[in-house]
Amino acid sequence: MSIAVDRDEAFLETVSAVAEEVAAPNADEVDRDARFPAETIAALRENLALSAFIPAELGGAGVSFEALAGACFELGRQCGASAMVFAMHQIQVATIVRHLDDAPWFEGYLREVASEQRLIASVTSEVGTGGDMSRSIASVEPMSAGVGRFEKQAPTVSYGAYADDLLTTLRRSPDAEPGDQVCVLTRSDQHTLEPTGSWDPLGMRGTCSPGNIVRAEVPLEQVLPTQFAQVMNESMVPISHILWSHLWLGIATDAFARARAFVRAAAKRKPGEPLPVAIRLSVLMSELSLLRAEVSSGLREFVEASAEDRAQLSEMATILRFNNLKIAASEQAPRVCQGALGVCGIVGFKNDTPFSVGRHLRDTMSACLMVANERIHQTNASLLLIAKEV
Amino acid sequence: MNDEIREILKGHARLPVDVDSLADDADLYEAGMTSHASVNLMLALEDHFDLEFPDHMLKRSVFESIEAIGRALGELRTEAAA
Repeated sequence: MSIAVDRDEAFLETVSAVAEEVAAPNADEVDRDARFPAETIAALRENLALSAFIPAELGGAGVSFEALAGACFELGRQCGASAMVFAMHQIQVATIVRHLDDAPWFEGYLREVASEQRLIASVTSEVGTGGDMSRSIASVEPMSAGVGRFEKQAPTVSYGAYADDLLTTLRRSPDAEPGDQVCVLTRSDQHTLEPTGSWDPLGMRGTCSPGNIVRAEVPLEQVLPTQFAQVMNESMVPISHILWSHLWLGIATDAFARARAFVRAAAKRKPGEPLPVAIRLSVLMSELSLLRAEVSSGLREFVEASAEDRAQLSEMATILRFNNLKIAASEQAPRVCQGALGVCGIVGFKNDTPFSVGRHLRDTMSACLMVANERIHQTNASLLLIAKEV
Repeated sequence: MNDEIREILKGHARLPVDVDSLADDADLYEAGMTSHASVNLMLALEDHFDLEFPDHMLKRSVFESIEAIGRALGELRTEAAA
């Protein structure tokens, strides 16, 4: 127990140091130039953080899921884009760790992720599916014995050009139904990315997520054995929602910290005088604590369900719960950032003051689009018809 | 009971294939049942058999085949009778 706690603490200290010393000083430039946070990812690599969640027997550090979530929060406080790249990579790692079912190829692959600190991106969205990750159009097409190929049109591939490997969802075969999906891992020497658009968005600019056509030829042993429907319900969706929520909370927490610093500076300038803006800060704190409570209870419930019986995560009531975490956190995080802007006023609105919160607000505004909340509401509306206790 | 389930599937599962061509153990999701259609199927089953699936039964594996649905209904009826 204490070894595990020490391991988690050491990992969190390392990531916090990278966040403060590398991600923070580069955050404004990454945002302004919409460039990949290369320094931060390099520093995370140097500290073996990309394989932190891989079990020790496969060469990783074997940190807990809570520590992983904590790392997303710490990075989010300094640079939202760095945190998002880290989180998305960890979603792929955790998904493979939880569903490799002793497949020898994937065990060997995880060892390589650990020894080479390989960065994994995902290709789950697809043009023509209306944002529904549980359906695919592109499929694994058999070529010669044991080898397949695919071509998928993705409206966004985050940091695809900077990733070593891609995890892509596809229909199992050319005659499979849209919902009969698998995940396929390809290395950069097995796939090509043809950009189909530019990347000049409102926020999360450093994630570098233009559309791409992904083409690959791949041995079929690189198809994850578990059916994607199960992978999605038991891991990819709840883990995405939890790690994203943690980094959104991190961004919102830093926006609040800036608002608080602004109010303290004002109080020091005019000691003893009434400070109306201090009331706004207090109101903002209650908004932040709502977000914090939702995020931490979501994490706790996921960890408990994973420990008890992972199949629970496939139950509709549980799916509803983690969908709701995503909706709630993605709406509350920009609300907190906007509140911080209200407290700081013009110095918050300007991009070059210690109280600037424009980047925070813009980064968190991406939250409701990452799997559109509208789409999640549709799913929830249908599940609510049948779930008994929610 | 499997025949009754088949009839309900015809009305609610919106499968792209003929329900009668499916074996009792055929995977309904692989046959093209969407998650949205599966919710309607669950509602129709509850209505027809006058019972309620508890939350722990409301998951993909319980509705993945005619056989699995029959098994779940059987369990619920045994519980109701006990």
